[in-house]
Amino acid sequence: MNPHYNFAFLDEGSKKEIRRAILKAVAIPGYQVPFGSRELPIGRGWGTGGIQITLSLIGKNDILKVIDQGSDDSVNAVSIKKFIVECTDVQTTTCTEDASLIQTRHRIPEKRLQCHQILIFQVPLPEPLRIVEPREEITKKMHAEMDYAPIWLQLYESLIRYNKITIATEYPCMVENRYIMNPSPIPKFDNDKLNQAPCLYLFGAGREKKIYAIPPYTQVHSLAFDDIPFEKESFKGRKCRLCQSDSSYLDEFFDSQTGEKFYQCSDTAYCKERQSHVPE
Amino acid sequence: MAYVAVSGGQKAIEKSIELLHFFRSRTEKNLDLEALQVQLNLLIDRIMSEAGFYTSAYAALALHQCEGSVEEAVFLLRAYRSTLSRNYYTIPVNTIHMRVIRRISAAFKDIQGGQLLGATYDYTHRLLNFEGETRTSHESYQQMCTVLGQVTPLPISPCERVSSPLKKEGLIDEYPLNQEKPYDITKNILTFPCPRSARLQTLARADTGFISGLAYSALRGFGQVHPTVGELRIGYVALEIPYLFDNSESIYLGEILISEVECFNEVKEAHSLKIGVGYGAVFGRNENKAIAMAVLDRELEHPGSNPPQNEEFVLTHGDSLEMNGFISHLKLPHYVTFQSKLDALRKTRNNNPHESSL
Repeated sequence: MNPHYNFAFLDEGSKKEIRRAILKAVAIPGYQVPFGSRELPIGRGWGTGGIQITLSLIGKNDILKVIDQGSDDSVNAVSIKKFIVECTDVQTTTCTEDASLIQTRHRIPEKRLQCHQILIFQVPLPEPLRIVEPREEITKKMHAEMDYAPIWLQLYESLIRYNKITIATEYPCMVENRYIMNPSPIPKFDNDKLNQAPCLYLFGAGREKKIYAIPPYTQVHSLAFDDIPFEKESFKGRKCRLCQSDSSYLDEFFDSQTGEKFYQCSDTAYCKERQSHVPE
Repeated sequence: MAYVAVSGGQKAIEKSIELLHFFRSRTEKNLDLEALQVQLNLLIDRIMSEAGFYTSAYAALALHQCEGSVEEAVFLLRAYRSTLSRNYYTIPVNTIHMRVIRRISAAFKDIQGGQLLGATYDYTHRLLNFEGETRTSHESYQQMCTVLGQVTPLPISPCERVSSPLKKEGLIDEYPLNQEKPYDITKNILTFPCPRSARLQTLARADTGFISGLAYSALRGFGQVHPTVGELRIGYVALEIPYLFDNSESIYLGEILISEVECFNEVKEAHSLKIGVGYGAVFGRNENKAIAMAVLDRELEHPGSNPPQNEEFVLTHGDSLEMNGFISHLKLPHYVTFQSKLDALRKTRNNNPHESSL
């Protein structure tokens, strides 16, 4: 541990302040709680919201997992993990079920999380209404008044124009029939995992200075019309080249020599575990 | 297989950091920290101002550590700053007691207390000085010491603002002293409309380039025409904190160097005109930033349709850390999100009944 800094980098006062914001967020599912976001040695926009949540919650006995786009080994995940370990000396893991705290960028692990686990999302733009209204002053009012017509209209217009709802990631969800929430840029594939989950989901946006939460067993529904159901990304007929999984989220690759297209699990821990069990 | 190679991140990062050392190691010459701190003090001032952290020694250390990148140095200081607990707020400083080293007015030739040109590049000709290579710091330093040894400092007397007589005349509105606690932008999120103290703090920490460009756009027509620099003063102000056990006493902490500007704008009233004041104050000698800040302060006083008059636009996009953090994050892998976009895009092409008619 770096002796020049406090345990988990931030001073205790700051950590307590952030925990208070988290408690408020848990008490009002889907509501964005403003907080005094601190500067970190990692770039703003590189996951500082998630890191601040992790730093304020982490204790000596926690086991940490950090993933970026599903992968434990991606440069940014490695860099964040290294920073947190440097200032806490906690144990890390790549195994999803062993972790007590999992910080993630844009994926929910394929394996269902349990009630002793907290998944911490890094959020670039927390405001789901930003696509229809650029001003914070107005979007705050829209949430207060549940004035969600513009976003429904946006979905409808997309249907009329393209015959499909074209939102890719960051697909908005309704939380407990009250707040529309941005699930962070996870693919639509992961949206269903937010509903009635046994674990706690925390969302941190450092640059935008907001924290929000989905407590265990909360109702979270992706926005959809009665006659047009919500539709996820589909990987029909494709499977992972390494573990043969046909039910996980797949990344698309090109062989730079042959130009051939192939697929691999985005969740590397899930893929590795399957590889060790599935006979070749 | 180009991008699959992005696994093995740990090793890649280590090697990348080694390469950074390589870029810094391409000479045998030393870059002395003290020299950096003193001889590049305008750069140091800019970094301290954008970091919101008055610490020239650490600013030099930061600059030395990051190959002279302003945004990296600001980043290093900010990150360090958030590990320090904040125990006190200083007592408000009244800058009429400033130890002035430069003071000019573009509004009046003759001002009470006098104009003092001080050190400025304004009237230098920007010719590359080739002799600069040969003259040593040792010589210059000795020369300066000799000169200083022969003069006696003037006593410091309070220096009224250029705007004071105009206030007495009623051309500038006088306001009661505002004793409200300033809104601390380092501990609270900005909400709009925001108090003026939050606006001024945000502008004082903003990226110099960002607010200069915005102020320039206001001057060129995307704002209220041409303001006049009523007063620009640079100098040292003393900082004090309250003494816990006796309210009438305070503890002196030291001096900081600041640039302060008041600029004057015409303001229309029902049947006459008056003068509106914009205020700017920043760490160190950074005149253009202070002027730009004063211009924007004035613009934001009257919300309008131009970008420099839009509070949320101006105040949320000028923080060096935030803008550079978010722009640089675009370099991070977006494989999952892009995959999802591709999926959405391909579906519109496969299923769109309108496509054939287009």
